[in-house]
Amino acid sequence: MARMKFLCDADRCIECNACVTACKNEHEVPWGINRRRVVTINDGKPGERSISMACMHCTDAPCAAVCPVSCFYGTVDGLVLHDKDLCIGCGYCFYACPFGAPQYPRVGNFGGRGKMDKCTYCAGGPQQDNTAVEYIQYGANRLAEGKLPLCAEMCSTKALLAGDGDIIAGIYKERVQRRGFGSGAWGWRTAYGETITA
Amino acid sequence: MTARLMLLALLLFAAPAGAQQDNQAQNPGAPAVQSVAPEVGPSGGGTGSGPIPDSTERPPETGDQRATVPPPRPPVPTTEIPAGRPFTDRPNIDAGELELQRALRGGVIEGQVTIPNQAAGILIQPAGRDWRGFRTRTLTIAGAILILGMVVVLGVLHLWKGPRRIDAGRAGRRIPRYSLLERCNHWMVAGSFVVLALTGLNITFGAYVLRPVIGPEAFTSLTWLGQAAHQYLSFAFVLGLLVMLALWLRDNLPTRVDLAWLRAGGPLAKGHPPAGRFNAAQKGLYWLVMAGGVLAAISGYLLMAPGLLDNVISQQWAHVVHAVMAMVLVVAILGHIYIGTIGTEGAFEAMAEGEVDWNYAREHHSVWLEEQAAAARRSVAPQEARPAAGD
Ligand code: HEM
Ligand code: SF4
Ligand code: SF4
Repeated sequence: MARMKFLCDADRCIECNACVTACKNEHEVPWGINRRRVVTINDGKPGERSISMACMHCTDAPCAAVCPVSCFYGTVDGLVLHDKDLCIGCGYCFYACPFGAPQYPRVGNFGGRGKMDKCTYCAGGPQQDNTAVEYIQYGANRLAEGKLPLCAEMCSTKALLAGDGDIIAGIYKERVQRRGFGSGAWGWRTAYGETITA
Repeated sequence: MTARLMLLALLLFAAPAGAQQDNQAQNPGAPAVQSVAPEVGPSGGGTGSGPIPDSTERPPETGDQRATVPPPRPPVPTTEIPAGRPFTDRPNIDAGELELQRALRGGVIEGQVTIPNQAAGILIQPAGRDWRGFRTRTLTIAGAILILGMVVVLGVLHLWKGPRRIDAGRAGRRIPRYSLLERCNHWMVAGSFVVLALTGLNITFGAYVLRPVIGPEAFTSLTWLGQAAHQYLSFAFVLGLLVMLALWLRDNLPTRVDLAWLRAGGPLAKGHPPAGRFNAAQKGLYWLVMAGGVLAAISGYLLMAPGLLDNVISQQWAHVVHAVMAMVLVVAILGHIYIGTIGTEGAFEAMAEGEVDWNYAREHHSVWLEEQAAAARRSVAPQEARPAAGD
């Protein structure tokens, strides 16, 4: 089975935030929550790079390990999804996540956290695929329709790649070999314990 | 934080302005401002209003009428901007290398974001791995060992030594020990603490102990309620701690008697070393509960309202402080509950009814009993027999 991953080619990303907008629109993500964001490191200095980051769907996911109500589950595609009906909004997954992916609406007691929301890899949640209940809680389920995440599909420079880990790593390697430089696959060492060397 | 407030304020001001513009766009003929009643007087509304001129002469035109064309400026010599190095030759950062470095040396990989949530500028925070280790291993294993260990120790102590009896037997005569306020406050703190501890321990161990038994849905419902109880009862707990601080601070200041009490063997002493209203062990517990309770409360509120501490690393530390303090307090209070109930004959009625047996007081708090007795004697003695003020 394919192992789905994200890869952001930071040498191509132009920080246009189209992926962020696409995600917010596709899933009707509420105000204040960003499932995907673009971080620019060394802004305005030599070596500036922009990286589009969301949940990386880690191998041995830290969020799943610390959840006190065990509401995470893995899919055959290697995705890390969660059941909002079980979540209690404790925030532990956010403390553990290396990428700051889990987000919370401020609807808990005393302005605390509501149920956690994060990137689903456009694969919805535990409900029946592509139903209204699934859409309200998790957004669109493009994977069930045979489509890839919209953020990567939308990327104008094709910096953001989504798909089978081996295939996108191959595409990235080929690019780096052709152009002669590349800053590597951001987050891969942390999320999957591997790096791509071209 | 301030940036977000300013943004909010801007939005609030901008909203009505935008609405007005829309109105104007819809009916362009209407005046911008309509007065409710026609205005009167020299500068009233209508055409031709405005200040009445003093003379009929035209005021002089302002500004220079003859347009002057500035003479062309000589070109300023500029230094040529050198072309950047080709991309292949520029300093390159390596993601894998940077991640490894941060994971080994600590720190985060951070940058700029253009969304309001500036905390999202942290791209990768490897500290989460250590926190995960604390939460899933250190805390659960150490917490379980500490709590079960304390239960075992108390059980063994009870079976081996048995409860501490009143050696001289009950005198039948009783002396007041805790006022109604002291008792009510104690039970408020105790009650809220037990709920806080049970609901907290459910967060720590429930997934292993309770969830397999009652199922995921029921466990979430229970934990959800437990979390609400944990949050709301925290206020009763904190209030009780503050009242306790005010009520019992003086009696818990360390004295010479405490040293002697400890030297005699403390709680395991043969016989009954003298002690004041509280013995050294009770004072130790008092200060532990005060310090631990305050730390648990502060860190708990920081966890509860994440807006207070908008930084993931600090939140991890708040959790560590909270969890460690919680375990320490639970273990200490287990001992306290044992000693205060079945562990010591005649102790429980102090907090339940407010009075203790005379002999219990004589054996456990002799210095305090003498003070109480002396005060009582003074109050019933005839006026002339009382010592003069300041004596
Ligand atoms: C006084 C104010 C307190 C506040 C505001 C507070 C708040 C919190 C919060 C927000 C959490 C995170 C879990 C969740 O959101 O469900 C938590 C966890 C916890 N609290 Fe408290 N708490 C307080 C006092 C206490 C006390 C006195 C104890 C000890 C008996 C305690 C024991 C625990 C435990 C054991 C956990 C779980 C730690 C873990 O397993 O990760 N709390 N508390
Ligand atoms: S990126 Fe964060 S939320 Fe996503 S699987 Fe990894 S730890 Fe979990
Ligand atoms: S916020 Fe929800 S998903 Fe995250 S650890 Fe807590 S209960 Fe689990």
